[in-house]
Amino acid sequence: MSAKKITMRVTRYRPEQEDAPTEQAYELEFPDDWVVLDALNYIKDDVDGTLTFRWSCRMGICGSCGMMVNGEPKLTCAAFLRDYYPAEIRVEPLQYFPIIRDLVIDMTDFLHKLKAITPWIVRDEEKPLAEGEYLQTPAQLADYKQFSMCINCMLCYSACPVYGHEPEFIGPAAIALAHRYNLDSRDEGQEARQQVIASSEGIWDCTLVGECTEVCPKRVDPAMAIQRTKVATTTEWAKSMLMPWGKQ
Amino acid sequence: MKQPEPEYTYPTYHRPIPATWWLRDRKYFLFMMRELSSFFIAVFLLIYLYGLSLLSKGQAAYGQFQETLRSGGFTLFFVVAFIFAVYHSWTWWSIMGKVQVVRLGDHKVPERVITAVALAGWVVASAVVLFVFTR
Amino acid sequence: MYEVNKTEPFWWGLFSLGGVVAALFVPIHIIMVGFLSAEAVGYHQMVALVGNPLIKLYLFTLVSLPLFHAAHRLRFALKDLGLKVAGGLLGVFLYGGAVFGTMVAAYIVATLP
Repeated sequence: MSAKKITMRVTRYRPEQEDAPTEQAYELEFPDDWVVLDALNYIKDDVDGTLTFRWSCRMGICGSCGMMVNGEPKLTCAAFLRDYYPAEIRVEPLQYFPIIRDLVIDMTDFLHKLKAITPWIVRDEEKPLAEGEYLQTPAQLADYKQFSMCINCMLCYSACPVYGHEPEFIGPAAIALAHRYNLDSRDEGQEARQQVIASSEGIWDCTLVGECTEVCPKRVDPAMAIQRTKVATTTEWAKSMLMPWGKQ
Repeated sequence: MKQPEPEYTYPTYHRPIPATWWLRDRKYFLFMMRELSSFFIAVFLLIYLYGLSLLSKGQAAYGQFQETLRSGGFTLFFVVAFIFAVYHSWTWWSIMGKVQVVRLGDHKVPERVITAVALAGWVVASAVVLFVFTR
Repeated sequence: MYEVNKTEPFWWGLFSLGGVVAALFVPIHIIMVGFLSAEAVGYHQMVALVGNPLIKLYLFTLVSLPLFHAAHRLRFALKDLGLKVAGGLLGVFLYGGAVFGTMVAAYIVATLP
């Protein structure tokens, strides 16, 4: 069986030598089981050592190798070349993020937003170690498990035109993770998180394009998390209007 | 002691977003059409409201307006508005299961079941309205 | 830092109620007004119908809520189409239009014969 040949058009941006990103084409032969990340590593090792990109685990759990593949946000470790062959493949850095170099984007903004929603279990008062673990039933685990699968790969931000147009939008993954901790029976941090996600930059900016959910490699469904938070927040608001004497 | 976060400065490139971003991909185009459906629905309802106001003006005025609505231009509008309205209904019921959690005892009702029930409800509601408003 | 937005739940609530009303009832009304024979929704029968206060309430809801639905959707769609600068003004204009339409609808429906 003869090896197949494919052309990859890869974004290059070297700030010390150019003002705007350009595109470089690489032609390569590939075995059937290669993914886009394999091809990038082949280019870096054997063709052009200057190509820069992020990657780590090669198995869809580290969340580092997200890029635009033919205009769609993908984990490049899970995008098989054979699925694109014989067409060319365009590989670009995740869209809506600033580019630092070649395929590497600046994720500082995302990290700030992630931190803002306190993505850890918050307790009003920690119980003494001697009293043991915080127990949880399988049903309580099932309530939030789906939303805990997020690997912070940022594909959902790249699929979100709202984030593109309003960079202050807290965004799909951060809100889904806020939802994950809010649903956790051991957590008591809901009020502080609500300050962030019920703000103008939070859930209200979302127009339910729904692509965050479509591109998520872990089936987290941020669109669902955001809509449910909107319903819950609006219901609470209506209750506080109709029964202002009730619990704040 | 809380350590201050270090600040790094480095040049970055911000890609411009073309105004046609929603035309370049079917998914984003369909999203925009879904949002646009609300406009056609609103315009239809304003026409409908005007028709209702003519009920106060007597049979002749109302009948004449009904005639006008049967002209080619209005018929074209109604065809377009109907397609948009049905698209709105379809998308609305499709995402219903995502938005609303329905519990039966300990069980969460699956998204698909919620959508199916909503679609059935839509058909029933349409039939009831048709029955009440036409003779 | 972030602050809870206290008005958005109000607009979003009206948006979603309007979405439900539009999804349930608008297609069949378009068929009746646009495609059925004029006699099917003729004058005498409509006048007889709108005499019923429940029908009046229904017609008011049918027109009013989807106006808020449209105002909300268009506000965000136009924002994402690049009208961001006009953000605040756009909201005033669109929600204002929906409020005005609601008042007109209330007047028309209330004064029906």
